[in-house]
Formats: sequence, C-alpha cells, structure tokens
Amino acid sequence: MKLFFNFGQYFILIKRTFSKPEKRSIYVNRIFEEITILGIGSLGIVAIISVFIGAVITIQTAFNLQNPLVPLYGVGVAVRDSMILEFSPAIISLILAGKIGSSIASEIGTMRVTEQIDALEIMGINSAGYLISPKIIATVLFSPVLVTFSMFLGILGGYVFGLLTGVVTNYEFIYGITYQFIPYNVMYALIKAAFFAFIFASVPAYHGYYTKGGALEVGRSSTKGVVYSSVLILAFDFILTQLLLT
Amino acid sequence: MIQINNISKSFSGRSIVNNISFTFASGKVNMIIGESGSGKTTLLRCMVGLNEIDNGSVLFNQRDFFKLDLKGKKQIRKDIGMLFQGGALFDSKTVEENVMFPISMFTDLSESEKRDRANFCLQRVNLVNANKLYPSEISGGMKKRVAIARAIAVQPKYLFCDEPNSGLDPKTSIVIDNLIKEITEEYNITTIVITHDMNSVIEIGDQIMFIHNGANWWQGTKEEILVTDNKEVNDFVYATKFMKDLKSKF
Ligand SMILES: Nc1ncnc2c1ncn2[C@@H]1O[C@H](COP(=O)(O)OP(=O)(O)O)[C@@H](O)[C@H]1O
Ligand SMILES: [Mg+2]
Repeated sequence: MKLFFNFGQYFILIKRTFSKPEKRSIYVNRIFEEITILGIGSLGIVAIISVFIGAVITIQTAFNLQNPLVPLYGVGVAVRDSMILEFSPAIISLILAGKIGSSIASEIGTMRVTEQIDALEIMGINSAGYLISPKIIATVLFSPVLVTFSMFLGILGGYVFGLLTGVVTNYEFIYGITYQFIPYNVMYALIKAAFFAFIFASVPAYHGYYTKGGALEVGRSSTKGVVYSSVLILAFDFILTQLLLT
Repeated sequence: MIQINNISKSFSGRSIVNNISFTFASGKVNMIIGESGSGKTTLLRCMVGLNEIDNGSVLFNQRDFFKLDLKGKKQIRKDIGMLFQGGALFDSKTVEENVMFPISMFTDLSESEKRDRANFCLQRVNLVNANKLYPSEISGGMKKRVAIARAIAVQPKYLFCDEPNSGLDPKTSIVIDNLIKEITEEYNITTIVITHDMNSVIEIGDQIMFIHNGANWWQGTKEEILVTDNKEVNDFVYATKFMKDLKSKF
C-alpha cells in the first residue's frame, strides 16, 4: 500500500517538476549552476576510483592469466570490457547516487523543513520545477560525460599500472583494448548512465521534497534517497542489460 | 481585503483550527493573537493553501482562492508577501540575492534596476552593509528584516507576518512594527500580523482577533481589548506583572 502511494506521489512530483517554467532564462542558469556543483564537483572522486579500479582489474586479470595458452592481450580486453560494460556506467552511478543523491536529498529536505520551499510556493513559483528540474537535467546531461571520463581513466590506469608493475607489455595491452572492439557498447553504457542519472537525481529529490519534521528527518530522507536509488539502479541495470545487449 | 469563512483544519483527527470567520481590512494592520499552540500559524498557512483546509473559503478581494485553478492561485500568490516564523531565507543566496530573487522571477528589470530595488527595500528595514553576507552569517533580528525586505520587494497587496518581532530586542521590535504599519498604510496593503506581544498590539494593531483553542474567541480594537471582560482575553493581555500593575493604576 505504502509502495503504491510512494509510486503515485513520485510520478505526480515528476510531472510537476517538468511543467512549464515561470521564467526560462532563470531555469537555464540554474542548470549550469547544478552542472558545476553536481557534475564538475564529482570529477575528482570519479577519477580516483576509475584509475584504481582499472589498475586492479589489470593486475588481477594478468595474475589469473598465467596459463601460457591464454594470450596476455586478454588483460587489455578484460579492462576495456569491464570498464565500458559494467564498471563505468553502473558502479560509478552507484557511487554518484551516494555523493550526488545524498546532497540533493539533504539540500531539498533542509529547504522543506526550514520553510524555504513554502516561501517559493508563496511567491507563486513552482518549487518542484525550480528546485528539482535543473538538478535532474544537469545530472542526466553530465553523467554520460563522467562515465566517458571514467572509461578513459580506467583503461589509462590499467595501462599505466600494468606497465609499471610489468604484468603486461605495451604492445599486448594496446592490442587487447582494440581487439574486436564494439563501439555500440559505449553507446549502450552512455544510455544506461543517463537513465541511472535520472534515478539518482529524482528519487533522492522526491525523498527530500516530502521530508516532514526537522534535522533528524532530513538525515533519514537522505539515507532513504540513496538506498532506494541504489536498489533501483541495480534492478534497472539488470533489465537494461537484458533489453540492450540481447 | 481578505474574507475567511468557516475555516476548519484538523491534523490526524485533532482539530487545530475550528470554524474561524473574519474579515481582514485593507490598509489596516489586522492582528491575530493568542497563546502559543493555539493555531495561529496553522490558520495563516491554511489561508494561502500551504495546508489543505477541511472546510471553508478564503476570498482575496472577492476571488475565492480554493475555487481557482493553479494559474489563478499563482496569480494571487504573486500579490502575497509572507514573512515566515523562522524567516525562511534562501541559505544558498546572499542577503541581497534573497531580496532580488522575487524581483528577478517576476519582473524584466535590468540587473542594476533589480539591485536598486533590493537596496531600497533593505534600506526600508534599516539594513545596510549586509548585502554580501549569507543568512548563516547574520543575527536573528537581521534575518527577520531581510525576510521583510524580501516580502515587500515586489509590492504585495497582501502581507502576512508570522511573529515578525519574536526574538528581537525591544528597540528593533518597535522599528519593525512601525515599518509594517507604515507600508501597510502607504500602499494600502491588507496586512495580517501574528503576534503574542501585547506591545505590538498596542503599538500598531487596528483590528484584533484573539484565537483560543483554534476558535475565533474574541475580536475588536486595541482600545476594546484593554477593557473587555472576556476571561481568556484578560488572562492573555494581563499575563505580565507590568500589565497588571498598569491596569491597577487606572
Ligand atoms: N503539520 C502538522 N502536523 C500535525 N500537527 C500540527 C502541524 N502543524 C501544527 N500542528 C499542531 O497544531 C497546533 C497549533 O500549531 P500552530 O498553528 O503552529 O500554533 P501557534 O502558531 O499558534 O503557536 C500545535 O499543537 C501543533 O502541534
Ligand atoms: Mg506560530
């Protein structure tokens, strides 16, 4: 019962979020603001995690490929495919759900409990549109950029650490990452990324927007927003993989 | 002018506002007074649709608010300036940006015209040299003043103030009270002020409604409130030793 109620309320909020804005120029500025805060602000964490995961996949795969019958360029293939197919779109989205999702939920939740949302409504402004739509648009636009960045850095990390540790040679790695490369996979990853971005922006926004009470409840909304969006991302990862890759 | 008819509101079965009717005149400071928890804030929030009402109607210059569609409601809300009990300033914006915000949203003024208008409003509330500070960097009294400046930035026809001088020192309180009175008369605004401060009532109250347990218990002028024999009103008005002493002198 509660689930259906949340579901309905969520869709009503999304509908209100994307109704006609009061003043387009202000909304456009808000989108750029949010891209700066939510998108550019996430470059650092995405970079660090991607480089290290790329490196770890390289070393582990090389370690597991000590069978002389399997060619070492398999390391390059493994890094490339794990980064593009799963790590960059899904795991980075989960990490962003934690970082961006919690910041969205707590910002909007705080605005709710301190009556800032009421103040917007009283001015005759559609608070959902003004607050939430720029965040969703910014993350959906920018998340594919972050994911592309992550793929690139992951493979680069694998390459650099692979060479430094000597588990793979330059030639094998480069041969591996170009071996039977399917460009559609990148497309598939970016579609997933945009879809997941919609989830980890809108679900925490929903929980923040309907926060009741005080500071304690803001924290709870933030946790709920992150947990629900993570579960939804995993579920849709499964569904989209089925739909897009088969 | 705002007319409210038979407004009732309950939260999970508990009746908070109970069948209140009143007419708030324009160009006058209409006061809603009553003990803490008597339902004053809830009544105000019901009047502007922030809380859904169970029953009743609200007419802004004869337009029935709850019968309007979303667009009509927005139109009326653009004419409302509201000062929330906690200020409700946008904490990601500076003082000046807070006041400029409604101006940017609803006018096509140039950047410098908006700034001029915002600064004019900030001067009206005696707040200068704080333009670039954030809400977290200013005192409670300054926050109230910024909130008033923001509420009057786009020249409202209706001004709602929820405890405008709670938490202020007596001197600033009087400044704020007189400011509210002045702009009410100057622009013929329908002003509603919630307070539990008898000083404000005597200072600027034109019409008074006393709420008790969510009901319109008593109404009248500030002269009448001092001499009424309504027990609850008396308990409220003469709650302090100062007021009691004053009464015994007359
Ligand atoms: N959203 C709400 N949910 C449940 N109870 C509420 C809500 N808002 C106010 N109340 C209750 O209504 C009563 C009156 O509150 P309020 O209108 O804020 O009083 P006042 O402003 O006169 O001090 C209080 O007992 C409060 O607990
Ligand atoms: Mg109150």
